[in-house]
Amino acid sequence: MNNVLILPIIIPVIVGMVMVIYRKAIQFHRWAIVIATLAMAVVSMILIKQIRGTGIQTLQLGGWEAPFGITLVADMFSALLLLTTSLVALACSIFAFRSIGKEREEHYFYPLFLFLITGVNGSFLTGDLFNLFVCFEVMLISSYVLLSLGGTKVQLRESIKYILINVLSSSLFLVGIAYLYAVIGTLNMAHLSLRITEAGQNGLLTSVSLLFIVVFGLKAALFLFYWLPGSYSAPPTAIAAIFAALLTKVGIYALFRTFTLVFHHEPQITHMLLGVLGALTMLLGAFGAVAFSDIRKILTYNVIISVGFIIAGLASASNMGMAGSINYLIHDMIIKALLFLIGGTIISLTGKSNLNEISGLIRTHPYLGWMFFVAVLSVSGIPPLSGFLGKLFITRGTFEAGYFWLGAIGLFTSLMVLYSVMKIFMNAFWGETNLSLEMEKGTTKGVMFPIVLLTALTIILGIGAEGIQPFVNQAAKDMMNPLVYIEAVLGSNAIP
Amino acid sequence: METLMAIMIGFLFTIGTYLVLAKSLIRIILGISIIGHGVNLLILTMGGLKSGGPPLLGAESLSFTDALPQALILTAIVINFAVTALFLVLGYRAYKTLRSDDMEQLRGIEDE
Repeated sequence: MNNVLILPIIIPVIVGMVMVIYRKAIQFHRWAIVIATLAMAVVSMILIKQIRGTGIQTLQLGGWEAPFGITLVADMFSALLLLTTSLVALACSIFAFRSIGKEREEHYFYPLFLFLITGVNGSFLTGDLFNLFVCFEVMLISSYVLLSLGGTKVQLRESIKYILINVLSSSLFLVGIAYLYAVIGTLNMAHLSLRITEAGQNGLLTSVSLLFIVVFGLKAALFLFYWLPGSYSAPPTAIAAIFAALLTKVGIYALFRTFTLVFHHEPQITHMLLGVLGALTMLLGAFGAVAFSDIRKILTYNVIISVGFIIAGLASASNMGMAGSINYLIHDMIIKALLFLIGGTIISLTGKSNLNEISGLIRTHPYLGWMFFVAVLSVSGIPPLSGFLGKLFITRGTFEAGYFWLGAIGLFTSLMVLYSVMKIFMNAFWGETNLSLEMEKGTTKGVMFPIVLLTALTIILGIGAEGIQPFVNQAAKDMMNPLVYIEAVLGSNAIP
Repeated sequence: METLMAIMIGFLFTIGTYLVLAKSLIRIILGISIIGHGVNLLILTMGGLKSGGPPLLGAESLSFTDALPQALILTAIVINFAVTALFLVLGYRAYKTLRSDDMEQLRGIEDE
């Protein structure tokens, strides 16, 4: 029992609800969101320290023992993601101070932002499949409102499609939960894992697991990503950045959790399928990223590519691949937020998003340009930046597992990623300066701090890999060994 | 009884799918709402239809009904209700702003 576990969920909820009461006090909203995200970061650091010391932490809410009550579980994987989430949320909210506009701020932007974080944190912490559904819904309903907040034509149009696809996938999620409950008779993930290990994963369960691949694949944009490019390029920059950094990652987390803990007995079917879907996602995403010359479109397709790449590590089902995936997942949350923030700044400076109409920004905005260059190197995995290690481990993991084609496609799409983001750099920052400081539509004033923060994080994550890797390795080791998780949740008597 | 429920659930899913594939936005919203009801019935059926007494302390019965599916459905109904309400409001707003509820015209190819 560890009461710290509940804090990442209730801090944003309570702060958000207080904000709703004081709607017009924008200064208070700003201070509160900074303090709340910092507090979440501190809490997740405490959690990481405790997990490092004494293993997986659990909390049985209301004292109802698992599998009967609501269980919160924090292993190293979820704690690392919690920390990254709070840092990215901090950066995106500071970016929003200057860029989101008074209108949206007064219409509950910050509370909605915090409710979104609540859902994300809840999904990372829950140890129960139905609660995962509830936390998904908390996150998704906030994201529906954030996506349509402001009510411009393109936002309304895209949010209709986004809501439709997500409501359908939530219905399918419930169908999967119902089937699983009928077959296994429990929804606690540790209990599910235990019972499936005892009874064996038969054909029926494998079919149910395929339904979960569809559901989480829709949320994570794994192969079923057709809704993503439109809806992620519609909202303002701060919202698009937090979506790109967090929403698909929660789907990826759910895939990792279910397919390492619950359905891990038939890897030749489920993990093979995940590998194929990951490869297709990478290829299709890469084609999209290369084909467009609109900054927003290129960046959204880059989100899709990274989803496929992270899933490749899961498909390899090896310690090495898993460590790589966790590493890359953390890196990707930071770097996607960074890319979206810089891309959004370029668009707000020039008023245009088509690359052919932008050039020579390096002369007027050298710092922005060089930080974008760092981000470009990092996203394509150039050492010593943060993308390198994850990419190396995932590739090695897929090779070790014998999926040479998967690793090869991963490396090939890395080149396409490099090309697509380098295209933005060369077009937008090199060349004749056709825009003087006076003609600019926006300003970089006040938005540079979050960009610097995220750039610093990606550099630290790359150079300080030696210090971070033990934590990642512990996360991978615990994930590859479900008995540790089961013992932490159900107690050591439960394991026969 | 289970067979009857299965046919009923299939029927609801059929209607829901048909409506979601329609062009008009209001039909799509009704469609997802009906699919949501089908899912709730599915959870109820999958938890086992009534096979014992009420699960209360002091009730005298040899076997008790599983109460968990009801709890799950209760949560799912609330969420489904909230999402449908939000979707209806958004659909109305989209209709007022975009001047159309025909999905063919909401593809978003043109620039705005």
